[in-house]
Order: sequence, then structure tokens, then C-alpha cells
Amino acid sequence: MKISFTINGKAQTVDIADENTPLLWVVRDILDLKGTKFGCGKAACGACTLHVDQNAIRSCSYPVKLTEGTNITTLEGLGNEENPHPVQQAWIEEIVPQCGYCQPGFMMATAALLEKNPKPTDEDIDNSITNVCRCATYYRMRKAIHRAAELKSQQNPIVDSQNS
Amino acid sequence: MEKRKISRRKFIVRGGLGTIGVLAVGTYVFRNPIRRVINGALNTGDTPYLGNTSTPIIWFEVTSDNNIILHSPKVEMGQGTFTGLAQMAADELEVSMEQMQVVHANSISGNMDGFATGGSTSISTLWVPLRELAATMREMIRNEAAIKMGVSGDELQISNGVFSSDAKTMTYAEAVKDVSEWEIPDTPKLKDFKEYKFIGKPIARVDLKDKVFGTPMYGMDATLPNMLYGAVVRPSAIGAKFIDADISKAENMPGVVKIVKEKDFVGVVANSQTEAENAKNAIDVEWEVERSWHTSDIEAMIAVGEGEPFVIQKEGKVKRILEDSNEVISAEYKSPIGAHAQLEPNGAVAHVEADKATIMMSTQVVKITRDEIADRIGLDSDQVNIVPTFLGGGFGRRLHTPNGIQAAVLSKAVGKPVKCFFTRKEEFQNDTFRPPTHHVLKAKLDSNGLIEAIEHNVSSGDVAFGSPMLPGIAEPILGADLGAWRGGMIQYEGIPNYRTISWRKKLPFATSWWRSLGLLANTFAVESFIDELAIAAKKNPIDFRLAQIQDDDRGFRLKEVIKAAAEKSGYTDEVINDRAMGFAASTDVNTPCAQVAEVSIENNEIKVHKVTCAMDPGLVVNPDQVRSQCEGSIIMGISASMFEKMEVENGELTPTIYGPYQMATMRHAPKEIDVVLLQNSDVPGAVGEPPLGPIGAAVANAVYRLTGQRLREMPLKLA
Repeated sequence: MKISFTINGKAQTVDIADENTPLLWVVRDILDLKGTKFGCGKAACGACTLHVDQNAIRSCSYPVKLTEGTNITTLEGLGNEENPHPVQQAWIEEIVPQCGYCQPGFMMATAALLEKNPKPTDEDIDNSITNVCRCATYYRMRKAIHRAAELKSQQNPIVDSQNS
Repeated sequence: MEKRKISRRKFIVRGGLGTIGVLAVGTYVFRNPIRRVINGALNTGDTPYLGNTSTPIIWFEVTSDNNIILHSPKVEMGQGTFTGLAQMAADELEVSMEQMQVVHANSISGNMDGFATGGSTSISTLWVPLRELAATMREMIRNEAAIKMGVSGDELQISNGVFSSDAKTMTYAEAVKDVSEWEIPDTPKLKDFKEYKFIGKPIARVDLKDKVFGTPMYGMDATLPNMLYGAVVRPSAIGAKFIDADISKAENMPGVVKIVKEKDFVGVVANSQTEAENAKNAIDVEWEVERSWHTSDIEAMIAVGEGEPFVIQKEGKVKRILEDSNEVISAEYKSPIGAHAQLEPNGAVAHVEADKATIMMSTQVVKITRDEIADRIGLDSDQVNIVPTFLGGGFGRRLHTPNGIQAAVLSKAVGKPVKCFFTRKEEFQNDTFRPPTHHVLKAKLDSNGLIEAIEHNVSSGDVAFGSPMLPGIAEPILGADLGAWRGGMIQYEGIPNYRTISWRKKLPFATSWWRSLGLLANTFAVESFIDELAIAAKKNPIDFRLAQIQDDDRGFRLKEVIKAAAEKSGYTDEVINDRAMGFAASTDVNTPCAQVAEVSIENNEIKVHKVTCAMDPGLVVNPDQVRSQCEGSIIMGISASMFEKMEVENGELTPTIYGPYQMATMRHAPKEIDVVLLQNSDVPGAVGEPPLGPIGAAVANAVYRLTGQRLREMPLKLA
């Protein structure tokens, strides 16, 4: 079947035999965007996190048939070296990655969190960022998440709704 | 200086990567430094660097835009080795960090490590040889520049890879262009530490941006034109032997190209990943399983007293003192089976042709991987090119690489490139696990409240024994598994009588190298017990330790980290604001490390708020990356000692997925980690594993002070 969506700002139509194919494999193997990683195949680790209509989803367990007409963003579409997303900028400033394999999933989860919650507390982070990092870079990630919130608020100042 | 005619075989000049005038410094220059390193190692017992010295190899390339590419024989699995090596090379080459690029050496043209990437030895073993190579290459290029510029080499200044003399300048790229005959100087004297611009500085990782912007770099990201997808059926039962497979249902499934049945496994090759998995799941495999194992069987096997003991450390008359006394303090500790759980599954992209093969994959043992694959597919080793990729975690998991063999066999069967990797369930059930351990500790205090005699018995599954990295012939010579007893020896050599006994257990499933090997479990047991003794002696645990450390260099460095951790954390035995501190220390591969954990109990769960870590790895090449390794090791150690445990149920290892295999996540990571780096040695030592040692005991010791509960089993759980 044919499925059409927008990915990283570009319209795409894929022709896929099995509509239950996880979105992850469409993104990685058909569209050749390798920034989204396979970790567990059961939505348990978060390495495959990307955005579908601005929601962070675990693409290893998300059938491609659900993406018709949606707007998908992967790490490659989040930002690039010339124009990094605040989350990527913060990750660079804090020198977060070690092996780096899980980091795209963490950055995508963080970017989605900051859209909904521009200034997350430590507790918000604990509750929202549930991905797995075996190098255990959590200490720097937490610092980078707070830094990303700060960078993002400088780009788009947060308006305090009670005072405005 | 000697002028030698070097054949093109020795110094490969090639135009790769769209560049011209590429210089590669090969074996010829390297031979003398490496011999010196090996001889030095025999004298000191340090791990030598075991590189390939028999064929032409590429270490450095100078590109036409005047950058340097270092071909690393060590793989990058997150530990930061590429960055450290780049700093070392850049300083001797007198180029900027921006000019340095590091790639993995291919087995066919690059320097291949004959041993492995592991054991926290990459920077320390290459510390001298890599800088000597870089310095030698700098002088070789200087000679050519001097000739081309018509000046004497001594007159040339170097800055960022550009020579200058008065108003004249020449880049390295210009100097090396069209040179086919090289003068090989004697190995130059290395620079003084004070002259280094990059060594010792917190330089950002060289792979940082690639990892933040999603550049394809891992084994899982590798692709080749016309690549197909493979899937291999792997057993879920312990000890399962492949007998036969019914492939009739799978054969005609959509996308299937071929079902490959071998003597030891069956696999599918298909047009897509999903089709390969679907067909694989339709194969009916007949396995032979001798018996159904349970956790209780494994625990019975692993008890101290079962099997053969081997004394690995002995001083004084421990046995007699402990037998004759009725004041012996004793305690038992346990650690569970641990999974590697690295995020990138094991896999490979293989392309096997009639007379050559290319395998792109994550591996920590390039040479072993190559030789095993060559052997299985009937090619010579030098016909097989292993292209190592960045590793999505190593931790020792990629010291065994049958995944490379399976991908190669599938590729050979279809004559096309094939990508094939493990599912997560297969990872959890076919891992080479950290073995479970059992520890029995006994000690007697003297009238001053110091340890008169102490004995540590440790029983463990195999770590180094049975590994392809250690020839079987070494086992009777070594007597005991050096991986299993790592960290198990008594490090307080001021104690007059001490001994450590290692008990070997061969378990029915694969056990092997897991980051820091026995250090995690052994330090948990020994340092918890030392804490118990300090409490029995009514002494402060810091003073108790310091009083029993010998007066030599090793002892000095251990004392210094203990004092630094105590001071920086403000260690106290008192419980303040419902928080308590716990202390522990270890010495691993000559790197002493002391940690203080600050914990509280929330909802009957242990919460680690802060860890202070003082470590002395000797000369620090990159303080930021050393800190990063400490932070990661501490949280990985919290994960392993507080949460992780594999069980054996009905003959299978379980759980088989993250979550049920509980690991530390964001919420369990301490909010504060304070790392203090001491440098009481002028050479770099081990970094990536030593900080995993103390954390388990530090947490358990803090829990005791807070609750009175002595937790002697990992994962630590409150009653």
C-alpha cells in the first residue's frame, strides 16, 4: 500500500507491502535516515523515539499505516550543525554522549518535553524522560535538559500567563 | 640520520578520500618503538600494546587540505579513546585539534590490534608509541619541507601543520606531495609535558557533533549497495544444540530470498528487515536440550567450597590465626548474573565474494573477528577486511562476535551483502553474562582494633577462562581466572596476615567479560566487609582504612584518594537530615578510587543523592572525558548493584527486555556527582573501569548507617 506523510519538512510517499511494518524500518531502511536507532523493538528503551505530529513516539512499535497524512520529525530534521536545535546545542555544551547510540532518542524525547513543558523541574524530567542509556550519561543529560530549556526560552521567551 | 630507500609497499601513498598527496606512515617506523614497549612491559607487568607489525599499515594520512587522519587500532565505544589519541597525536604533530580526524583502522590496511579494545588500556598502552609515531612523522615531513624550501630543517618553525622560515611557508600537505622516498629519522625525543597544548586539557570529544546530529556511524547504520536483510534463529534455552529445522512454512513467505541451513544454525535472507523477521518466526527448529536449569541450580554451583580453590594472594599465617581464634568475624556476600544490555544489538553487514569479504560491524576484537570469519567461510585472513564501526556500547559484550560469522555465512549463501543482527530477546538470552559470585569473608581484629588477619574466598563463573582472547594453554599456568578475581585481593597491605582464594565454576551458559570484570562484585563484598570490621572495631571507616595501608607508592596513591574523597564529601558517620554517607575504595589496574555515597530512604527504596569520587588514574590526557567516565561508571554501578538481575527459569535466562530487566534510569541517577582527579603518576593509567569498583559498597555502607540493615546481596533491597 502507499502511505504519504511529511518527514523533516519534505513530502514523502512510500510503497510498502506490509502496512504493519514498524515506522522505524521505513525511516531507516527505505528513507535512509539512520539517526533513529533500533534498541529493543518493544518500545521499552526509547532509542527509536521520533516525533509524529509533535508527539514523541517509539517508532519500533508504531505501525507505518498510522502515519498517513502526519508530520514526522527525526533527529536529522530537528537541527543541524549550522542551525542546531536548543536541545542539540545543550548536548554539545555539556558534552553528553559517550557511545552515543541512545542519544538521538533522548534528544527527541527532550525536544517533545520542552514543547509541552518549557521549564521542566527535576521531577518532571524524571517522570518524562524514561529512555535507557547504558553508558549512564544521565547526570550530564539532566544538566543538558535544563540548559536546553534555558536556550529555548531565550529564543522564544516564556510568557507567564498569570502576569500577562 | 640514515637515508633508506623505502618501497611503496612500506609507505603507501594513496589518493583516498578525494585527496592527493596522502602520506601514510607504516610499520617500518613503528617497529622499534613497539619492541621497546613490549620489553618495558615485561619489566613492569603493564599491559603492552600488541599491534600488527608484519604488513604495510596506515597510521596517519595527510589530506590535501592539510588535515590529519589518524587510523586508530583501538575502537571507540564511548570511552573517549579517539579523543585522547587525537590529542596525543596533535601535540606531537603540531597541528590543531580541528585538523585531526580519527577513523577506525580497517583490518586490511590499518594497524590491527592483536589483543582487544578493553581493560581500560587504550590510552595507557598507546601513550608512548603513538606519540613516537607522530613525532617521527613530523620530522619526516620537516625533512621534505626543508628540501623543497631550500632551508635547513632546524630553521623551520611549525604552527598548525604549516612550516615557516622567514616569509616562506609550506603546509604539511604541500611538503608530502609527490614524495616517494622517505628519510626515516631515529625516533625523536618526545616533547616535555609543559609544551603540550592539548594533552591534559578538557577538549570536546572528536565524535561529539556526529553523535548529536545523527551521522550514520554504528554497525547498525552500515549499508552496502544491493544489501539484503538476514535473520538467524537463536535458541532461548540454556545449552540448546541445533539439530534440524523445518523451513517449509518460511520458504514461501513474502520477500524471502533464501533459507540458509547450516550445521549449527538456520537463518533467513529476505528483501526487508520485517520480512526476514516474519519468515524467521515461521521456522520450526528442533533443539536438543540436556536439562532445564533454574536459578537455584546456579546458586548451588556457585557456592564457595564447590570445585577447585586456588590461592591468588597470601601474606602471613591467615589460616592458623583464623582457625585458632574464637573471635572470628565472618560474613557472606552474593552478586547475581548481570547482562551487558548495551543499546546497539550485535550485528554485522557482510559482503562475501569469491576471493574476498568485507564485514562492517561493532567489535572489540578486530583480529579475532577476522580470523573466525575467514576460517568459517574458507578464505584466508588477509582476504577478509573487517571495517570496524563506532560501537553502540561495548562493555565487553563485543569481545565475542559470532554475529559476524552468521552474517558472512548468509552473505556467502546469496552472493550479496547481508545485514543481520540480534533481537533484544536474543541479546538477553545469548549474552556472555557477568557471572554470579559468592564471597565468604573472615577476619580477626587485634587488641588495637586493627585487622590481624583477613581472608576472602570468592567463587565465580568464568570471565577470562574459556574466552578466545585467552589461549586455553594459559589456564593451568595462571591457575585462577584473572577476570573473576579482579578487585578481589586485599588492598590494605599493612594488614600483617591476608589471603585471597579464587574458586572456579563453569556454568551451563556463557559468562565472560563485563565492564570491570570481577571488580564490581569483589569490591562490593570486600569493602562492605571492611566497613563491618570498622564498625566492630568502633572506628571511623576512613581512619580504619588509612591505618592499614602499606608505605609504598601504591599505598601512597590509595591513601591520597581516600583522604581526598573523605575531605571533599565532608564524610561523617552521623545521619544528618535523614541522610547517611557510605565509604568504599578500590584499586583496579593500578588506579585507586574512593567514593562516598549519600543516601536516604524514600518509600522504602534506597535513593542515592550524591556521590563524591576521588580517583588517581595518573596523568590525565582529557579531564572532561575522565570525569565523564567516572559519572557514567558510578551510575552504571548503581544500576548493577541496586537493580539488575538475570534469573534462570525453566531452562531459560530471563527477563528478556528492558524494564523487567530493571536498570537505573534518569530518576535513579544522583543529582550530584563530584569528581576529584589526582595525578600521582606521570603516565596515564586506567580510567574506564576503576570507578565502577567502590559504588556498590559505598551505597550498602550508607544504608547500614541509616537503617542498621546490612545488605549483603546485590541487587541491594531493603527488608
